[in-house]
Amino acid sequence: MFELGIVELSRLQFAMTAMYHFLFVPLTLGLSILVAIMETVYVMTNRPVWRQMTKFWGTLFGINFVLGVATGLTMEFQFGMNWSYYSHYVGDIFGAPLAIEGLMAFFLEATFVGLFFFGWDKLSKVQHLVVAWLVAIGSNFSALWILIANGWMQNPVGAAFNPMTMRMEMTSFFDVLFNPVAQAKFVHTVSAGYVTAAVFVLGVSAWYLLKGRHIELARRSITVAAAFGLASALSVVLLGDESGYTASENQKMKIAAIEAMWETEQAPAPFTLFGIPDQQARETHYAIKIPGVMGLIGTRSLTGVIPGINQLTQENQGRIRSGIIAYDALMKIREAKGQVDPSVTNTFNEHSSDLGFAFLLKKYVDDPRQATDAQIVQAANDTVPTVWPLFWAFRLMVALGFGFIATMAYFFYMASFRGMRFPRPALHLAVWMIPAPWIAAELGWFVAEFGRQPWTVDGILPTALSVSALSITDVALTLVGFVLLYTVLFIVEMGLMLKYIRKGPYMDVDETDRWDDIHRNRLTGGRGRASAIATPAE
Amino acid sequence: MILHELISYDVLRVIWWVLLGVLLIGFALTDGFDLGVGALLPFVARTDTERRIAINTVGPVWEGNQVWLILGGGAIFAAWPTLYAVSFSGFYLAMFAVLAALILRPVGFKYRSKRDSETWRSSWDWALFVGGFVPALIFGVAVGNVLQGVPFHLTDDLLSVYEGGTAAKFFGLLNPFALLTGVASVSLLVMHGGAWLSLKATGPVAERGRVFGSIAALLALAAYLLAGLWLAYGIDGYHFVGTVPTDGPSNPLLHEVAKGGSWLTAYTDRPWIVIAPVMGVMGTILAFLGLRAGREVSTLLYSKMAIFGMIASVGLTMFPFILPSSTNPTSSLSVWTSSSSHLTLFIMLVVTVVFMPIILAYTAWVYRVLWGKVTPKDIADSSNSLY
Repeated sequence: MFELGIVELSRLQFAMTAMYHFLFVPLTLGLSILVAIMETVYVMTNRPVWRQMTKFWGTLFGINFVLGVATGLTMEFQFGMNWSYYSHYVGDIFGAPLAIEGLMAFFLEATFVGLFFFGWDKLSKVQHLVVAWLVAIGSNFSALWILIANGWMQNPVGAAFNPMTMRMEMTSFFDVLFNPVAQAKFVHTVSAGYVTAAVFVLGVSAWYLLKGRHIELARRSITVAAAFGLASALSVVLLGDESGYTASENQKMKIAAIEAMWETEQAPAPFTLFGIPDQQARETHYAIKIPGVMGLIGTRSLTGVIPGINQLTQENQGRIRSGIIAYDALMKIREAKGQVDPSVTNTFNEHSSDLGFAFLLKKYVDDPRQATDAQIVQAANDTVPTVWPLFWAFRLMVALGFGFIATMAYFFYMASFRGMRFPRPALHLAVWMIPAPWIAAELGWFVAEFGRQPWTVDGILPTALSVSALSITDVALTLVGFVLLYTVLFIVEMGLMLKYIRKGPYMDVDETDRWDDIHRNRLTGGRGRASAIATPAE
Repeated sequence: MILHELISYDVLRVIWWVLLGVLLIGFALTDGFDLGVGALLPFVARTDTERRIAINTVGPVWEGNQVWLILGGGAIFAAWPTLYAVSFSGFYLAMFAVLAALILRPVGFKYRSKRDSETWRSSWDWALFVGGFVPALIFGVAVGNVLQGVPFHLTDDLLSVYEGGTAAKFFGLLNPFALLTGVASVSLLVMHGGAWLSLKATGPVAERGRVFGSIAALLALAAYLLAGLWLAYGIDGYHFVGTVPTDGPSNPLLHEVAKGGSWLTAYTDRPWIVIAPVMGVMGTILAFLGLRAGREVSTLLYSKMAIFGMIASVGLTMFPFILPSSTNPTSSLSVWTSSSSHLTLFIMLVVTVVFMPIILAYTAWVYRVLWGKVTPKDIADSSNSLY
């Protein structure tokens, strides 16, 4: 599928490091809040089991958090390493939210996370609770700024091209900040993180119940996780719809590709539940369509038209031709070295929003002005991302989303109204469900970023032009290096996670002994303690 | 938006040049001792308890300290995008080595004491050593290369092209002058780590920290002075041909730059900047004396003064250049030709002015809560909650 050139290797490296980073981020986002909620209950009720829960889930949070931080380092620097033309071209806008993330969010999160683990004996209860919440707030604010940066790549507002500096420059910070795509993405992404943490806590607790261990802790954890998870799962699906809505305003091609909608359908457009998209023939075989649904989701109306792939490709041909005019004017401005004819400047300003489309031709010809009609058609066809992976990834993600709602609703009901008597098959299901939110989250990122191709910044800068002037050997070396390093760390992390889950919450022996004496009768036959001793520390 | 014109473009550029220095120095002052402790770990601590003492002196704070580096990366991206693009793609493999080492570090801290196996623990101890030593060395090597000029050019589209193949990209950096600045950087941070251990650790760990720290102080001083001499006699400076508008568009290719003369003419043009190298030298000497005498708080402050002075002296000497090009001097990046736009610099300044004091306040509070030495008793008592 790939002819591995420098662009493909760089993309592979970015996809690998970013998706790996996002194995740890969602759990950090959600578990930081769940832990803070548990600690809040502890401070309010003073019951030791909640302190034990805070510490136990806090330990797992810490094991996960550290790899999020470690892999986040790569994210901060690799734009400059592998995507230096991108960094030059849009750094004036894209860099700002990244820097603000550090100032406003990551500093907060990272400074207090140390105190969260080291401060139990040095802080009062309320102080420690505040620290826990600051870590949670910091993590979530981090996500906000990162998604403002990413949202700008999907929907580049508040910026204009400056011919003197050969780059995009910010014209309105306000527009970048309140970019509707960024706002929708933020809510969708953090909700996905909350679902991840809820499914994780639910699954691990279900495992304890199946083993008859730590009953008190597990039941309470399930209650918290199910309530939190139900709200988040509803939010992630409903606000996923919201991000579909904004995508159709700004990224028509992406939504058409996700839906494999080749022709513009009569409003309201149907939703294709199943089908086999055929990029060559430009049709979807065996399509099963639900009338009207897509039009409703995408435009919130019965009359709004969602343009199909063929129509958009046609429109993009026009934009490429307009872009060539902009490119020609840009070259004249550059040659004039300050003595620019105002008519040239006017021409440029008129067509500059299509400049990026002319750059699509650079794949075929050095000077876009020399492009043939056939090349223009080819470049317009390039604006269609590969449809079938998007089509299927999206459907799988949505199906998982509905699965989370059902699971969380069920456990919420059983915890609240059925006295926490969970049937064993349901507990087994909860354990097996643990990996599902990660799959859904990675699929979501895949749809968002693969669906943006062939652009790094939609309509502004093609991916093929964004890379650094590196050799294949350079990128291959670091790619292999990252794969090796990340694989080892992943194995180590999973090993520790499993070890600490198996070991259970009995880390604070004295304290827990005291707690056990007081609450012995609450434990079902004291099995919790017995099996904790029976499980040796590895 | 008109508001941003309250501060003129050239002033904003200078402010952001200063802030770039503040962030890098902030990183060296805080995470510097974490790196130093990492590099010292196999030497100052021999038993498991000693190692845990050394690790736990930085355990609760390294994570916040490291944000100075991450924020530095973000701020370079936002305020000096051309520098971000040219330097990180140019120092590609060196950056990878730094990242790999820095990725090992958090994992080493967090995971080391989570299993009892001796192999497990000593593997992570070495990871922590690498995580401290390698970045300290490479940052110093990078400074040495920047002072000599880096072989890159910008195309007309402002794409940065680094000359030389894969091997040249890494081993080309390891030239004698750059290795000397690398030694200066490692020994400076080891001195800082020693001063930190003498303040925060107890018993033999603190004692060895003082010994290694004082040796490192002498080494740092010697390397710094030698590098200064080398700059005076062996390395060309850079200068603009003609005058450069300080508020013009950020495009390095618009103004010709020539190589020649000495960097040190900066000290005749702006004599006041001599305060930076003086602080560097005095700080190192005072830190050395403090380590020998066993003074704790003041030694750490002198060590900070030394780091501040040495890093500041590099920036002040090169001003207005940030990253000169040895093969195509006109491509050199300077304060006047490689910043972000006027608006972006202004907005980022507003955000920084609001948040930096808040950051400093809560960081100070965290350090105050954690004030006090890490003792063997702490390790024994909280064996599960500490690293």
